Amino acid sequence: MTNVVACIDGSSTSPAVCEYAAWASKQLDAPLQFLHVLDKTETPAPANLSGSIGLGSREALLSELTELDEKRGKILLEHGRHMLEAAKEIAVNNGVSQITCKQRRGDLVDTLKELEPEIRLLVVGKQGEDGDSLGDHIGNNLERVVRTMHRPILVSPHDFRQPQSFMIAYDGSATTRKGIEMVASSPLFKGLPCHIVMVGTATNDMNAHLDWARKILEVAGFSVVTEIIAGEVKHVLCDYRDQYDIGMVVMGAYGHSKIRQFLVGSTTTKMIQHTSKVPLLLLR
Amino acid sequence: MLKSIKQDWLSNIRGDVLAGLVVALALIPEAIAFSIIAGVDPKVGLYASFCIAVVIAFVGGRPGMISAATGAMALLMVTLVRDHGLEYLLAATLLTGVIQIIFGYLKLGSLMRFVSRSVVTGFVNALAILIFMAQLPELNPSTPGVTWHVYAMTAAGLGIIYLFPYITRKIPSPLVTIIVLTGVAMYLGLDIRTVGDMGELPDTLPVFLWPDVPLNFETLAIIFPYALSLAVVGLLESLMTATIVDDLTDTSSDKNRECKGQGVANIASGLLGGMAGCAMIGQSVINVKSGGRTRLSCFIAGFVLLLMVVFLDDWVSQIPMAALVAVMIMVSIGTFSWSSITNLKEHPLSTNIVMVMTVIVVVFTHNLAFGVLAGVLLASLFFANKVSHFMLVTSEINDDGSLRTYKVIGQVFFSSADKFTNSFDFKEAVDKIIIDLTHAHFWDITSVSALDKVVIKFRREGTEVELIGLNEASATIVDRFAVHDKPEAVDGLMGH
Repeated sequence: MTNVVACIDGSSTSPAVCEYAAWASKQLDAPLQFLHVLDKTETPAPANLSGSIGLGSREALLSELTELDEKRGKILLEHGRHMLEAAKEIAVNNGVSQITCKQRRGDLVDTLKELEPEIRLLVVGKQGEDGDSLGDHIGNNLERVVRTMHRPILVSPHDFRQPQSFMIAYDGSATTRKGIEMVASSPLFKGLPCHIVMVGTATNDMNAHLDWARKILEVAGFSVVTEIIAGEVKHVLCDYRDQYDIGMVVMGAYGHSKIRQFLVGSTTTKMIQHTSKVPLLLLR
Repeated sequence: MLKSIKQDWLSNIRGDVLAGLVVALALIPEAIAFSIIAGVDPKVGLYASFCIAVVIAFVGGRPGMISAATGAMALLMVTLVRDHGLEYLLAATLLTGVIQIIFGYLKLGSLMRFVSRSVVTGFVNALAILIFMAQLPELNPSTPGVTWHVYAMTAAGLGIIYLFPYITRKIPSPLVTIIVLTGVAMYLGLDIRTVGDMGELPDTLPVFLWPDVPLNFETLAIIFPYALSLAVVGLLESLMTATIVDDLTDTSSDKNRECKGQGVANIASGLLGGMAGCAMIGQSVINVKSGGRTRLSCFIAGFVLLLMVVFLDDWVSQIPMAALVAVMIMVSIGTFSWSSITNLKEHPLSTNIVMVMTVIVVVFTHNLAFGVLAGVLLASLFFANKVSHFMLVTSEINDDGSLRTYKVIGQVFFSSADKFTNSFDFKEAVDKIIIDLTHAHFWDITSVSALDKVVIKFRREGTEVELIGLNEASATIVDRFAVHDKPEAVDGLMGH
């Protein structure tokens, strides 16, 4: 649990991912690692629909397919190396000293699972390489990553903006209470003003929760603003974020089961979809 | 879950649909030809190919592999069909499926590691030879209806199959062969054997039916030996094919899921009036070559096969057997491992003997299971023989000639036990001997009794015997192999 790991894939979000990772690495005083995973995508050989097989067909086919994969693999490897170099340069320019680069083959989620013990904070882009044209939708790897990992994940928007303040989406549940404690004990947000937002109509219970959270954070040295606003979760959070020009949103991720998500939809997914300008820190 | 469905079914739609169509076209002549080998109506093989291909697409463990009615399985059914009839074949097919599912749950797929590369090659070559030999009756001049026209058409068919791809690779050449030869035969009104002469073709979709056999012990006694052979051969060919597809596509597959999947597919086939089947080496290669990679291609192949056969049955029955023979000769040539012939010179003799022996046993028994069994046995014997060379006994005598120390190094087991016993000089008159076993491994009871024999023999000569390091040496007898898999145990094995 030492590194800030940033996932680079060559999409247009990657530079922002690098910058946010550099920022987090400096705040946390943790080494920064750039990770590029060479996903094996299935691209079949040029089709030969003749349907005939002769002597040595199997051997010929094997060598033909191997040759194709070899060429493709070399290009991808080279491409990945260039991307990692570029990422390193951004981080160096931002004043990060401890930088490592890592290239692995395989599935992104599986690779991250293997690396999990070394990861302190994971920085990923909202959309992958093929997602640049997807508009507001979230990339196809992101939800799987978030669901599998048990580390904080920073979802980067398209452009970098130095965070000047942050807000915590709070509902008094065990997950978010733990999140408050994590934020309080982490150097990541040191010195930034903090907003705690609860969604709902104010009750004594909620006020008690809010006071507890405020106390924890104030003891840790944050200046805290709290607010209880009624309305639909996503709208309230987004409106508040835009109104106060918040630099980063902190929330618990996927607190509910997959079945519930299928029926009512997930707040986390909705929030990621609306993270076009402000990064989102997901706490698991 | 959703991700894997997307990956397994929809990641390569265009390639899979095209490959599925090509495979479906190639499956039709094969299914008909294999039904004829088994001695049943073509519809039994066609229904089987449809069921197995569609079911395995969902339940199989190796996306991109094609399963259907196969020659290896058909050859095993011949006597069952001849002596007891179709209903018993359907019952045997059901039982085959059940056995395969049990094998899958017992994880017997991992036993494949005992099947060496040369046995696999022998299996593939034997299969190719059997498929070829099964075509010979259609070319035998004493079969009624076989005239010089048949030879001419078969030759023309092979010519089209191998030369047409030079013109275009967009149309499957076996299909062109079948269409051209059928057209020629119909136009000239040739009196040669056609598919229609071979038995009934499907005219409806398959219907659910329970095999009409008495449910008693007698039935079980009839079908069980067949079902066991079918299950073993089916799994062998399926797992071998899965390995081939793994290699071709550079991906991995779930072998135990494949075993269970083959079982489910065979049960479905048996209940819908089809014969047992398994994965097909030739078709899987065609599938990968045509761009098929996911489960979708196998599904499309099965589905299209049924549609074509049910709606085109009048046309299918007009296909001359000569066209099928040409296609099947192509399949057998494509299945044969050409490199195994060119490699004969480079590979060690023992490997070549295993491969050739597998082929010979299969060709004589017409049962691939026996061939594999013979191959595996032979390979194990060769291996045991090789390892038995790694045993050495050295000795030295002390200065006054009263004490001799024997040092045993290496592997002592059934194959090297005699060599071990013979390494001692019982005629030598010494007061005492020491046998140092610290660097030896005793693998079985044979080696222990050989040691006993040596000790007793020396004692009878009046020589005192002392054993050193017996505990380390016999540690390997303990059959808990899991212990040896740990790195520190391996260190001990190599070092002590």
